[in-house]
Amino acid sequence: MKPKSFFNKLLEKIAEGILAISGSITTLAVLLIVIFLFKEGVGLFNQSSVDENSIIAVNKQNPINKLKPSDVKKIFDQELTNWKQLGGNDEEIVVVRFTDISTYYSDEKLGANLEHLPACFSNLTDSLKGAIVYMPAKYALKDFKGKKIHVDKVSLLDFFAGREWFPTAEPSAQLGILPLILGTLWVSLGAILLSLPLGIAVAIYMAEIASPRFRSFIKPIIELLSGIPSVVFGFFGLIVIVPMIQKTFGLPVGETGLAGSIILAIMALPTIITISEDALRTTPRAMKEASLALGATRWQTIYRIVIPYSISGLTAAAILGIGRAVGETMAVLMVTGNAAIMPKTLLEPVRTIPATIAAELGESSQGGLHYKALFTLGCILFIITLAINLTVEYISTKRMNNK
Amino acid sequence: MKKLILSVFAIAIMAGASYAQKIKGSDTMLPLSQKEAEVFMKEHKNARLTVIGGGSGVGIAALIEGTTDLAQASRKIKLDEKLKLQEAGVSFKEVIAAYDALAVVVNHNNPVSQLKREQLEGIFTGKIKNWKEVGGPDLKIVVYSRETSSGTYEFFKEHVMKNKNYASNVLSMPATGAIIQSVSQTKGAIGYVGLAYVSNNVKALKVSYNGGKSYIGPSMATAKNHTYPVVRPLYYYYNTKVENKVKPFINFVLSPEGQNIVEKVGYVSKN
Repeated sequence: MKPKSFFNKLLEKIAEGILAISGSITTLAVLLIVIFLFKEGVGLFNQSSVDENSIIAVNKQNPINKLKPSDVKKIFDQELTNWKQLGGNDEEIVVVRFTDISTYYSDEKLGANLEHLPACFSNLTDSLKGAIVYMPAKYALKDFKGKKIHVDKVSLLDFFAGREWFPTAEPSAQLGILPLILGTLWVSLGAILLSLPLGIAVAIYMAEIASPRFRSFIKPIIELLSGIPSVVFGFFGLIVIVPMIQKTFGLPVGETGLAGSIILAIMALPTIITISEDALRTTPRAMKEASLALGATRWQTIYRIVIPYSISGLTAAAILGIGRAVGETMAVLMVTGNAAIMPKTLLEPVRTIPATIAAELGESSQGGLHYKALFTLGCILFIITLAINLTVEYISTKRMNNK
Repeated sequence: MKKLILSVFAIAIMAGASYAQKIKGSDTMLPLSQKEAEVFMKEHKNARLTVIGGGSGVGIAALIEGTTDLAQASRKIKLDEKLKLQEAGVSFKEVIAAYDALAVVVNHNNPVSQLKREQLEGIFTGKIKNWKEVGGPDLKIVVYSRETSSGTYEFFKEHVMKNKNYASNVLSMPATGAIIQSVSQTKGAIGYVGLAYVSNNVKALKVSYNGGKSYIGPSMATAKNHTYPVVRPLYYYYNTKVENKVKPFINFVLSPEGQNIVEKVGYVSKN
């Protein structure tokens, strides 16, 4: 008898140990992911928006010493064509990109192994009065006759309030994420407005009104929805919902925030329905019967007894539904059009944060400005979902205490 | 006896290894290189080729680091990449494997059938906003583009838009198929796709690069005789040190049989 109980105790100890270890490993993994995310993301603000191996230079007689990243983009897009517009001399701006050097100098002058490149850059900057030259920093030798332009570092304000997202623009990337944040919030808000009332209505119907036979028929079908891969939802949205929206509203383009909201609402439905139904069904039978016995109608019972009793479960359903909507990537990437513009209505194309990360991270050079900006976006997404979770949790505990 | 088996084994592995080679780079070229490698390996039983995508930049970076034998690129090697190769002491060779023509497509109900390069630049940079400005109906232009990470995006920007940035309200789609789908169901749409993807659902525009003197439509024939202007070469780059190793494959790609495969995959052959 004794050895057996010892053996049992040992087994129990081992099982406890395994549980403790798996718990701590999971916590550790989550913490490490968060630390990694923030470590990569925060580095962004120490960087110049111009690639660190390159410089922008002008003729030394040019009075301008400093340029904003947005002005640099305008100059290289030839939207600004005269230095006067920037407060300089009345001189036409001549844009010279690194590769343009071969249009000014023949291959022989550049040298077979490009050994004369620094001298060519120096002479070109000196001879063209209105020149602005974008070139690798290592060619600006000590005797470089041009003047290096100082371009501002990425500032918090430019990042969060900037309205232009051109992460691969050369020479100066534009990293304004306001349209992306607004796009994400718009689409998620639309999705939750569509799916929450519908989801809770279906859950109440299934838990309280539907006959058990019908319920056992409809529940597996709804749960089947969550088994459909998101890319399939995306295809469905692109081919069915997008043209439908275009026709209904008479829009020039159907890829809109609304299309994303509808797809996300459909995707969030199974989560919301299953969890809220489970919550509604936990209402004790005695409570419902007491209410009915007092003469309350079925609707009054649902409204006064069942919903208040299961409110924390319903809020949990809402949190998970929102979480699904905010972080969903593939389906949204396919139907929202992904134009990084400030969304004014849901009937315009939007670009969401997850779609941006998914579409761009693969090709950004590791450790570069674009890469770090995408990680910062990841941090922001993390903070948004964390804030949603905390708020809802706060509200639901407050309700519980009041009761 | 054991030793003998072992040494036979070792020789077999070494023989295999001497033929094993890696091809890495452009995703555009991925289907082409895969098909070429597949047929090549059928004919050369002891050859082992691995084809990996990742983007043209990734392929050339691997060539600089020496982690690939062949780099595939849908654009010409950049000057700064050349310099990096020089610093790493790598001398390389460039081979044009095939060409790819980019077609500018619109909705099949759109009456506009030709555009000048300058007009395309205006449309994609957002200066031209309505089809009536280029001789079409009074309809808002909806511009579809590929994602910023795509080599096609860069090529179009360099070649057609002269390095200016896309307008910020351009819709960017994750795949060529999505562009075709959207253009076919949106009246005012315009987009660009590889010639192989042009289908009956969309209309390919004639393009003029000489200010409207002549407009040429995209087709295999016009791309081959270089009258169609929006054509890009597809390149292989390799280190001259491994020339002996990669030469059989390169020769195969350039052979009539290899160029046949090029056309089957949907790109434009060299001859």
